[in-house]
Amino acid sequence: MAARDQHGAEAPWDQGFRVVGKENRKVDGLSKATGEAIYTDDIQLPGMLHAKMLRSPHPHARVLSVDTSKAEALPGVVGVLVGAELPVRYGVIPWTPDETALAVDKVRFIGDEVAAVAAVDEDTANEALDLIEVEYEVLDAILDPEQALVTPEPPIHEDRKRRDNISKHVELEFGDVAAQVEDADVVIEGDYTFHSTTHAAIEPHCAVAQPNSDGRITLWSSTQITHYVHRALARVLELDPARIRVIQPCLGGGFGGKSDPFSLEFVVAQLALKTGRPVKMLWTREEVFYAHRGRHPMKMHYRTTAKADGTITGVDAKLLIDGGSYSSFGLVTTYYSGQLLTGPYAFPNYRFDSTRVFTNRPPNGPKRGHGSVQPRFAFEIQLDEVAEQLSIDPIEIRRRNFLGEHTETVNGQRVTSNGFMQCLEEVEKASDWRERRGKLPFGRGLGVAGSMYISGTNYPVYPNKMPQAGVQLKIDRSGLVTVFTGGNDIGQGSNSMVAYLVAEELGIKVEHVKVVAADTDLCPVDLGAYSSRVTFMVGNAAIDGARKLRKQIVEAVAKNWEVEPRDVRLMDGTVVDLSAEARSMTHVEAFHLAEEMFDTLGSTGAYNTPTLGGDYRGGTIGSSPAYSFTAHVADVEVDTETGRITVNKVWVAHDCGRALNPMIVRGQMEGSTYMGAAEVSLESHHLNRFGLHAGPSLLDYRIPTSVDTPELEALIVESIDPEGPFGAKEAGEGPLHSTIPAIANAVFDAVGIRLRHLPFTPAKVLAALRAKEEQA
Amino acid sequence: MRVFRLHVNGDPVEVAAPEHWTLLEVLRYQLGLTGSKQGCDKGDCGACTVLVDGTPTLSCLSLAATVEDQQITTIEGLLPAHRAAGGEGADPLQESFDESGALQCGFCQPGMILSAKALLAENPDPSAAEIKESLAGNLCRCTGYTQIYEAVLAAAKADMHAAISTDSAKEVQS
Ligand code: FES
Ligand code: FES
Repeated sequence: MAARDQHGAEAPWDQGFRVVGKENRKVDGLSKATGEAIYTDDIQLPGMLHAKMLRSPHPHARVLSVDTSKAEALPGVVGVLVGAELPVRYGVIPWTPDETALAVDKVRFIGDEVAAVAAVDEDTANEALDLIEVEYEVLDAILDPEQALVTPEPPIHEDRKRRDNISKHVELEFGDVAAQVEDADVVIEGDYTFHSTTHAAIEPHCAVAQPNSDGRITLWSSTQITHYVHRALARVLELDPARIRVIQPCLGGGFGGKSDPFSLEFVVAQLALKTGRPVKMLWTREEVFYAHRGRHPMKMHYRTTAKADGTITGVDAKLLIDGGSYSSFGLVTTYYSGQLLTGPYAFPNYRFDSTRVFTNRPPNGPKRGHGSVQPRFAFEIQLDEVAEQLSIDPIEIRRRNFLGEHTETVNGQRVTSNGFMQCLEEVEKASDWRERRGKLPFGRGLGVAGSMYISGTNYPVYPNKMPQAGVQLKIDRSGLVTVFTGGNDIGQGSNSMVAYLVAEELGIKVEHVKVVAADTDLCPVDLGAYSSRVTFMVGNAAIDGARKLRKQIVEAVAKNWEVEPRDVRLMDGTVVDLSAEARSMTHVEAFHLAEEMFDTLGSTGAYNTPTLGGDYRGGTIGSSPAYSFTAHVADVEVDTETGRITVNKVWVAHDCGRALNPMIVRGQMEGSTYMGAAEVSLESHHLNRFGLHAGPSLLDYRIPTSVDTPELEALIVESIDPEGPFGAKEAGEGPLHSTIPAIANAVFDAVGIRLRHLPFTPAKVLAALRAKEEQA
Repeated sequence: MRVFRLHVNGDPVEVAAPEHWTLLEVLRYQLGLTGSKQGCDKGDCGACTVLVDGTPTLSCLSLAATVEDQQITTIEGLLPAHRAAGGEGADPLQESFDESGALQCGFCQPGMILSAKALLAENPDPSAAEIKESLAGNLCRCTGYTQIYEAVLAAAKADMHAAISTDSAKEVQS
């Protein structure tokens, strides 16, 4: 069946790739460079109202009453909304619907949404917020995950089956880890901490809703998941989904921060229905910091056992995950925190015990490298410690434990292509590792780390057997091919990717492909831009759809020329006859012939994953049709006077299967590595002891400027995956992971201290240096 | 409300807006010039950068009332100015940002390109360090900046190339 077709990694025409692998421009690049591209906040509709949100000043409280009468009386206020009007619960994971658009009974973090006002302008809406009177019964707040673990009362979510503050617990063991301790030549055990960080996309969240006179409603939203927002809206507004249209305009960055349905989407939609007017809500930067869904802070304990030659015999992990106030993707996060560690190294024995707890902090969710960046940080440092203990070169120990390709991990994940060894080789060479590691002057060092990530997952969030990705192709008599895809281009370039693949498959020029994306009225469903699934899944669907059309075109031309179909070749918009007679026509003429023969031309394409995953509860979460692999080497300097760590340079080698456009792949690798490096010592989503954000601004949160960013060198490795679209795998999240431990390991090489608790502040560096001196 | 008399991308414009509105608000919500972006509204991100008499300026921190006598260039002004000067396509910086893959989500880019435009106007042959320094007020969350530096360098090179060929063309003519 089409949905499970394998399209192969080779070029569709015998002359090799014409589009794929080239540094083509992006389909929307110039429109973004000229200011023509429309983002959600750029949408202005006649008569549009502006809405604002009233937020909780308490981290945990019961909402006893909300009185909006004074706000409603303010001239210029057109609509007011409170939680009781939208009581239906939702959540991106259908098993854990614990959010409401506005607080119904309780608020669970400072910033939780309580009421909303739509007015003629933002100033009036803000003024009206001050007039809303809310009576709270303040409850004890739990801000520390350790406390959440041992404090069942008060439960932050009261109406669950379990009366405690545990959001999810997963314990899985493969093999027998305890049995390895006795026979091990080396046992390394330790604690590691990953702090809270956030996405900080430069575009703040924004949504605009327009009520249509036919009773339908249109929502434009800065989302990465149009389809899930569509479903959630239908559920919460209690509307027929066929009467709702969700559109994602250009998106100003996501990184996982726009992968949940957010309260503003429901609120503008309901206010639009209520007032009969278009309504916009644009969150302030401060509100975005509270909306969060950032990287889960984790407290991690790892024990690794190994033989004298460096071979790992077992890994035992216990993780405490701070979920913040809602479930979000938490069920998946808890699995990912263990399930994604089982490569690029082979573990014969593995156990993880992960507990996600609720706290009265802004909800955590998926940030680039969802759930697996934190364990990777801990484990790659621990592996370095094993190497150090055994006096094995850190790159060498990673080679010795290589998982291999076309194999299975200890937790039952099928691994196909695997270019990790080449990644190691690339960073080793580029960084001049052999000459420099361990030989640089005191204060300067090199560190390495490796990682693996998914290219989508076969767990489709809500259970169904329909394709995960679909496209539709339409052919115009002008020769233009329009591709409709539900895929969300969030800046990663997925629309360009679709255009390249369709152009390649049909043998036409990229400028003859137009992509219409992420509009639920027009486009077939795709599940969205998360879990690095878009290139793999939408890409395969695009090839599937284009291949069907190509067959018709070739057949029509062959019939016209009276030659065999194999003698018809399309290339760069020209159709040539490969048989004796040399002749050609344009692709437009070929399209016309095909339309004469087959009537109006069009096709659909789809992709679904093969059946994957271990045969146990949760075995499909984290199983992917293909895995990407990464290695980083970092070059750092540590100032022993000030404790400041400066990252001079990071080399990143990433196995992306096939680079469909090396320029875009490089951008993803550099952007990921930049973002990882930023988490080491600059960025911290820090709350004070009252649950208030310490500095909810880009400046205080300290996202790196150009002068704070280390020099980055991207080295593309192509393992050519047998099932990826023309061999491609993901490149957008994997190359973040090992940045952080590579820097930590480089600090060890530089000054001999093992930093295990992020962020690496100057104070921590100085304390570790002092402790080391005292020991000596 | 008051009427502002502005000079935007070479056009004299009269526009009514609340007295306290920033230049960014007037540009985006009153003139429909939404190319200038708002990432923080408090001077941190640089997405709202426009040129005021050629100087990169944060329009979210500038009251519209304070720039009435000055020439404002927004991202929308570059391509038409380039065409008016006899050029083809978009401004060379816009082209090189596109060619270098510097445009991911694109949200920072209007501000980034205008900062780069001001840099090249002042220093047509900047070093990598000078480019880095001059873009430090424009945050990009997507690229890690590398392809942005490449774009500016490429544009500088193309500009120099164009300047040299016009010079030699002039020489040939004279
Ligand atoms: S919007 Fe002006 S600096 Fe961020
Ligand atoms: S391209 Fe997205 S913020 Fe710069």
